[in-house]
Amino acid sequence: MLILECPCCGVKGEETEFHGGGEAHIRRFGPGSSDEAFHDYLFAKENPRGVHFERWRHVNGCGKWFHVARCTQTLEVFGSYSAQTTEPPQDIKDAITAKRPGWRWREFA
Amino acid sequence: MSEAKTALPGALFDGIAVIEEAGLQGMITLRGDLGDKALASALHDVTGCALPGPREVALAGEKGAAWMSPDELLVMVPHGETAAAVATLDARLGERHALAADVSDARVVFDIRGAYAREVLGKLMPVDFSADAFGPGQIRRSRMAQVPAAVWMTGEDAFRVVCFRSVAQYVFDLLKTAASEGGEVGLYA
Ligand SMILES: [Zn+2]
Repeated sequence: MLILECPCCGVKGEETEFHGGGEAHIRRFGPGSSDEAFHDYLFAKENPRGVHFERWRHVNGCGKWFHVARCTQTLEVFGSYSAQTTEPPQDIKDAITAKRPGWRWREFA
Repeated sequence: MSEAKTALPGALFDGIAVIEEAGLQGMITLRGDLGDKALASALHDVTGCALPGPREVALAGEKGAAWMSPDELLVMVPHGETAAAVATLDARLGERHALAADVSDARVVFDIRGAYAREVLGKLMPVDFSADAFGPGQIRRSRMAQVPAAVWMTGEDAFRVVCFRSVAQYVFDLLKTAASEGGEVGLYA
């Protein structure tokens, strides 16, 4: 079972109270970008076994969006954090490093 | 003016807990900056309640206020006073970036009472309803089977559930099934 904590309202809830919003920290490429960059933005998603960053919405609760860093293999959650950021905050990175030394995910480590 | 009617007037079920439609309740969605003193003061004017903290509900008789999200409250007043309360909130909030909307007719309210009330809710929602985890003064928004619902306590072994009017029959049927005779689990006993 995946247990998430919403950083907006503070509720700790079970997965079905939330709705997954796909990969986090996607860099957008639109008009003016190369076909390859646009293709990758649309279709080339991370699918790791291990450390992963996702967007979630507290759909049956406060309604807010937030970010989650978790392990896809064990469902362990390293932390949840604000949606209003383009990269994981340092305390989240540190929490992951403590559990998964040497982790990498896209440009973050 | 047409006569206001609830979704399931008089709906009542008596099993291991009593399930009853609570009747007309004025409900106002109030969105804005909850840190703004003017909002707290307007809320107090309308309900007599202080601003509830995160995941809290403040009740004063038929009036009250529930914390719904970091920028949203559910304001409760007697049904007949809703329009006046919205007007007061609008006037008090003035040009601020805030919204007060009468949502009374979009909702349905159920009361769940009895020694097994916690268990009836626990069967339907992914929430820990043990007395240690959930008590008076708290509000929990979550899912009841397949629909969103909010719940708080109105007394000992007494809970109030608010959900969308469009799913009133579904939620009443869920609660009836969970409260059927012989359905005791004893988890919270
Ligand atoms: Zn939340």
